[in-house]
Amino acid sequence: MDGRRKTEDRKGNSPSTVYGLRSNYLNAIRAIAWKDLAAELRSRELLTSMLVFSTLIIMIFYFALDLDAKARDNIAAGVLWVTFAFAGTIGLNRAMAIEKDRGCLDGLLLAPVDRSAIYFGKMISSLVFMLIVELITLPIYSIFYNINLFNIGFIGVILLGSIGYTAVGTLLSTMTVQARTRDMLLPILLFPVIVPVLVASVKASSGFLQDYPMSEILPWLNILVAYDAIFLALSFVFFDFVVEE
Amino acid sequence: MITVQKLTKRFGMKTILRGLDFHVEPGEFVALLGPNGAGKTTFLRILATLSRPSQGTVSVAGFELPKQAAAVRQRLGVVSHQPLLYENLTALENLQFYGRMYAVPNLNGRIDSVLTMVGLAARRNDLVRTFSRGMQQRLAIGRAVLHDPQMMLFDEPYTGLDQEASEMLDGVLKEVAARGRTVVMTSHDLVRAETLSTRFDILSRGVIAASIYRADLGAEGLTGFYKKGIGDGR
Repeated sequence: MDGRRKTEDRKGNSPSTVYGLRSNYLNAIRAIAWKDLAAELRSRELLTSMLVFSTLIIMIFYFALDLDAKARDNIAAGVLWVTFAFAGTIGLNRAMAIEKDRGCLDGLLLAPVDRSAIYFGKMISSLVFMLIVELITLPIYSIFYNINLFNIGFIGVILLGSIGYTAVGTLLSTMTVQARTRDMLLPILLFPVIVPVLVASVKASSGFLQDYPMSEILPWLNILVAYDAIFLALSFVFFDFVVEE
Repeated sequence: MITVQKLTKRFGMKTILRGLDFHVEPGEFVALLGPNGAGKTTFLRILATLSRPSQGTVSVAGFELPKQAAAVRQRLGVVSHQPLLYENLTALENLQFYGRMYAVPNLNGRIDSVLTMVGLAARRNDLVRTFSRGMQQRLAIGRAVLHDPQMMLFDEPYTGLDQEASEMLDGVLKEVAARGRTVVMTSHDLVRAETLSTRFDILSRGVIAASIYRADLGAEGLTGFYKKGIGDGR
């Protein structure tokens, strides 16, 4: 490596410029996430609908399925992840619709930052909303089904599964937000793609909740980590093409 | 400042811009006039880096599009008929957000001066959803000039404004032009365009059909020139 390449990156930016660009990139991600959280704290439209929806699903499952204690343990993870997936779709749809309906997506696209920063900002805010809903839904589920859900491994699975879900969901909701039928289109596109996340999350969650040996849980955790990494990388590369007109 | 050569834009089978040539010198205020569907908004979206040309070359402030789009965005302010503001944030929070996106130095001081310029300093802590359409458009202009761009694009900025709000917008646009910024504005309002602009280009059927400087307008004024230009475009 010659002296020039030690001090400049491939675009010819000096180290201080590269630091500035990186700093702007991170500031833009932070600004988008902050803006979404501040707006939602004020309106509470998105969180309220996600929470009401997830509580209703839990109650429907509770009253529709008359289960004994063993069956309850077996289906707990499945019911929870179905609940999170459906409630998450509402959140993803709404989060992008807010940008599109008043043209604010153009405002974001006009900013002089790499467009993947917009993706990561929106993904982080969607992830935070989903985690808040999960944080409130889990104790409700725990009370209804009389199951102890407070297990560190299980909480880790919730985090990994939610990252995978919002990573794919943010990319797809950006694609579908242009369509008039976006409310229908997002679940139709999203659910087939997130099958690996849902299956791995359900299996790993069940393993932790039913005290399976770690050797049985680890392959599912590996799938979750790999899926998260692959879709975050793909979104980083392709988001610019998704928003291109 | 802007050089466009043989620009073509297609959406599927439909061709909107057909080999358009356009040039703007620094400091010019160009009104882009034309009937609905002529391609004005599509053209402005390409200049704003929101849309890619299908063919042709576009250079803004010396940077080629779409390759150097980020450098162009840093030098560009855009106001459209939509304010691009978040209703559940205050005027201050909206400007803070956009200021961070553009990495504006000394942001708080800059926000103070911009809010004063658009006459909204007293409403800085009010939610945007409580603003009238005219106030939202003034704040949208504040948002667009926050990073002190060299060039501004206005896409039908008077849409939906009442008389009072339009007059307020006139004042803000004059101030923007007086600061030496290069401005391209699309409008259907010929009277306002004639008052504000230094040059008038008529876009018809995807090409610049006619162009004239204000000093060269004849006795028939802009209205006569516009009618003639549209006729030539057809």
